[in-house]
Amino acid sequence: MSKYLITIGLETHVQLKTNTKMFCGCSLKFGEEPNTNVCPVCLGYPGALPVMNREAVKLTVMSGLMLGCEISRLSTFDRKNYFYPDMSKDYQISQQARPLCLGGGVTIQTPAGPKRVRINHIHLEEDAAKINHYARFSGVDFNRCGTPLMEIVSEPDLSSPDEALAYVQALKQILVYAGVSDCNLEEGNLRCDVNISVRPEGQEQLGTRAEIKNMNTFKGIYAALEYEIARQLATVARGGVIVQETRRWEPDLGETQSMRSKENAHDYRYFPEPDLVPVALASEQIAAWKALLPELPSARRERMVAEYGIPEYDAGVLADAKENADFFEAAVRLCSPGLGKTVSNWFMTEVMRQLSVTGKTISECPLTPAALAELVELVDKRVINGPTAKELSAELFENGGMPGVLVAKRGLGQVSDSGALEGFVEQAIAANAKSVEDYRAGKKAAAGFLVGQVMKLSKGKADPQRVGILVAEKLARLA
Amino acid sequence: MSHTLDVAYVAELARLELSPDEKRTFQLQLETIVNYVEKIGELDLAGIEPTLHGQALVNVFREDVVVPSLDRECVLANAPERNGFEFKLPKIVEDA
Ligand SMILES: [Zn+2]
Repeated sequence: MSKYLITIGLETHVQLKTNTKMFCGCSLKFGEEPNTNVCPVCLGYPGALPVMNREAVKLTVMSGLMLGCEISRLSTFDRKNYFYPDMSKDYQISQQARPLCLGGGVTIQTPAGPKRVRINHIHLEEDAAKINHYARFSGVDFNRCGTPLMEIVSEPDLSSPDEALAYVQALKQILVYAGVSDCNLEEGNLRCDVNISVRPEGQEQLGTRAEIKNMNTFKGIYAALEYEIARQLATVARGGVIVQETRRWEPDLGETQSMRSKENAHDYRYFPEPDLVPVALASEQIAAWKALLPELPSARRERMVAEYGIPEYDAGVLADAKENADFFEAAVRLCSPGLGKTVSNWFMTEVMRQLSVTGKTISECPLTPAALAELVELVDKRVINGPTAKELSAELFENGGMPGVLVAKRGLGQVSDSGALEGFVEQAIAANAKSVEDYRAGKKAAAGFLVGQVMKLSKGKADPQRVGILVAEKLARLA
Repeated sequence: MSHTLDVAYVAELARLELSPDEKRTFQLQLETIVNYVEKIGELDLAGIEPTLHGQALVNVFREDVVVPSLDRECVLANAPERNGFEFKLPKIVEDA
């Protein structure tokens, strides 16, 4: 069998973070009872007129700027005509001829190195209503109808399920960074249609493609692509022909199924939307929105490595979620110079462990960057020891507050007074003659036991490193 | 003359059932209209901006502020059938 090339392109639908719908003032609060956030516009009543949400245009343009797109100076809306009960006016307002953003791309990491995935365009449209399917009938809820959706259409630059997944994840990260969408997959904020084709190596022209519609989990996208690639390769291998069609991913069956859509289903008879005037964007307006953009995650990773001297691995983990990176940077900036790696260690071990245990995000926790910074300083200045700091961090994570205050109030400061420490060492040695014997007999581990005893006598407040030195000195003198 | 217009095809897309007679009639009538509009193609339009909208307006926006929605009972009052608070439909299998 000759080698086959796989070609994948994605259409990613992203719900924008607006308060209201695309063309009416109905609320977009998630999880409301059916048909509570509806009005004549989003119910598709004849004669009701759409009025465009400025914020949706702004967020789409900001997304385009984050993704390196060219922003159209003049953009128009079109009607996409189709008959299906999720759109009661029988057309969806979308953009075909003049979308808001053109070009651009996303860089993904592949085993062969970074790869640029080009974006064809980004357009703005309205979402359809939700249809719930029951055994004997279906029901329509129009709450979702009219939600602003941004559709990001990639070029067919992807060649494996892994790359497709990396692309969607990179896209999600950038959009969450930009604050344009929550990209919450459970709430359907991000849905993908996938185009896929195979062709023999050496053939220029792309093979006939199948489209898999409406996937809303990363796992689903990956599994559907794996299945569909295998299906197409098997079809070709036995001399079959791939037909251009729309397929549906059935997660329970683990397969894609033809939707046997009618012929001409893709002829949407687009025409200009007469109820909306064009959007004209002056360069000053675009510049003003550009000024609101945050740093791209990749740029931030590089900067954090350079600025705080943390390893690339740390920067990658920290920059993965914008709010984690924001927290880390705020904490580091409050610390003495040179403590970047220490703060990173505390964040990546203690804080992230607590986050994963509690299932919270950092903004949901009372721990502040100032508290973490102070904790790191207290350890660095040897005011408190590691175990005490760990206990404190758990408490700060849960209840907030400042570590310095807690240390003062509870007398948690390390015992660094030499006289006191030496007293503890003497006591420990006197009470554990057997360990001293063992040590003399060559069992050096016995020293560790004695250090533990001293720590206990100090109620955990001694600096373990200093105790170690003192115990070693004392034993050496006894030897 | 218009080879781009096929009434039978357009009628099918629009879910219109036309008799053979109606198809012939509308084919002729619509061709006349399309041909009339196509006359504009006889002019040299190079360098002329296309008209994007009937009105010389741009940027009509609404601020992103929630306004009250309709009362749900009013919304559902005209539904031929309802399932709880949903509009009830015959069972649908496929997406568009
Ligand atoms: Zn509405």
